[in-house]
Amino acid sequence: MKSFTGQSLRWIWRDGVIELTLDRPPANEIGLAMLEELEKFVAVIDALAAETSACIIYSERKHGFSAGADLRELYQGAAQLSAEDRVSGVRDFLARIHRAFNAIDAAPFTTIAAVHGVCFGGGFELALTCDIIVADKMARFAFPELRLGLIPGFGGIPRLKRDLGNAFIRDLLLTGRSVNATRAQAVGLVAQLAAEGESLRIARATAAQIVKFDGVTRAAAKKFIKPIPYEELRQEIDLFCDLFARPIVMAALKKFVESTDAMPHLP
Amino acid sequence: MRTLEQTTQEVLDLASKHFNVPAGSLAPEDDFFKKLGIDSLQTLEMLSRLENHFGIELPDYEVQGVSDFRTLASRIQSRL
Repeated sequence: MKSFTGQSLRWIWRDGVIELTLDRPPANEIGLAMLEELEKFVAVIDALAAETSACIIYSERKHGFSAGADLRELYQGAAQLSAEDRVSGVRDFLARIHRAFNAIDAAPFTTIAAVHGVCFGGGFELALTCDIIVADKMARFAFPELRLGLIPGFGGIPRLKRDLGNAFIRDLLLTGRSVNATRAQAVGLVAQLAAEGESLRIARATAAQIVKFDGVTRAAAKKFIKPIPYEELRQEIDLFCDLFARPIVMAALKKFVESTDAMPHLP
Repeated sequence: MRTLEQTTQEVLDLASKHFNVPAGSLAPEDDFFKKLGIDSLQTLEMLSRLENHFGIELPDYEVQGVSDFRTLASRIQSRL
């Protein structure tokens, strides 16, 4: 399927490059709707692989790449369940997210996240599945999960550990603060900085360069240098579920969902 | 090195320019949420602009509870 248009995202294949556009109002929150369409994309990866050199993932939403998991959906779904069913429901959801994200991470073509604005939580974790992150200077990256009594659950910690130094990861995780794209590039998270509004253009130029190279070599090199940390990803799900089982998490989710705070997206 | 007054003026000028508010209409004691009509995601945008302009990092938690330009400028000043 060389093109698809859904409720949360769309993609189109053109001249060896897939452009996957996230477009779910208000800020590409990742819930069931986004997940189902990401799964549709994952299902066509193998079929498109032979003709594909690169895939750009970017956002049509003004506010940024993605604000993260759909916390409203998570709270509303969980609130109706018993404590035990809540945890098993979250575990099932995370298992699906990990399957989709792992498939994108391992895709046999080069993946490029073109980031602008907020790239938080689960959105940040989606960007981390990509081989290259191009970010415009207004992009910000954060793992604010700690304020909910949680850790990132979509694979963020193992992927950050794969790419970056532990000290920076501790700063992000333990303060919940956001960092700008300039700092993210300085620590090696962002490969290329773009002027405001230019991340997609630069991602396209990067993809045009990648198209020139032999696909077999490119895929072999990627597999060699970018191992998927499967065991740690499983451990992350277990730890997330253990933390999620605590009452303070539902209380924190309720507070976020009902907040009239001027700054609900800040830690 | 900038004085706090200079930093405050640069913050006002930046906010005025990027959020399309008439130059000179902002005062240091103004509440930037109310004057600029911005939400939390736009606050993050402002944070990025300030960091890029001043060449600093300003952790979000430093901005928690801050709503006026003067206090925001003092937070920036402490990182110059």
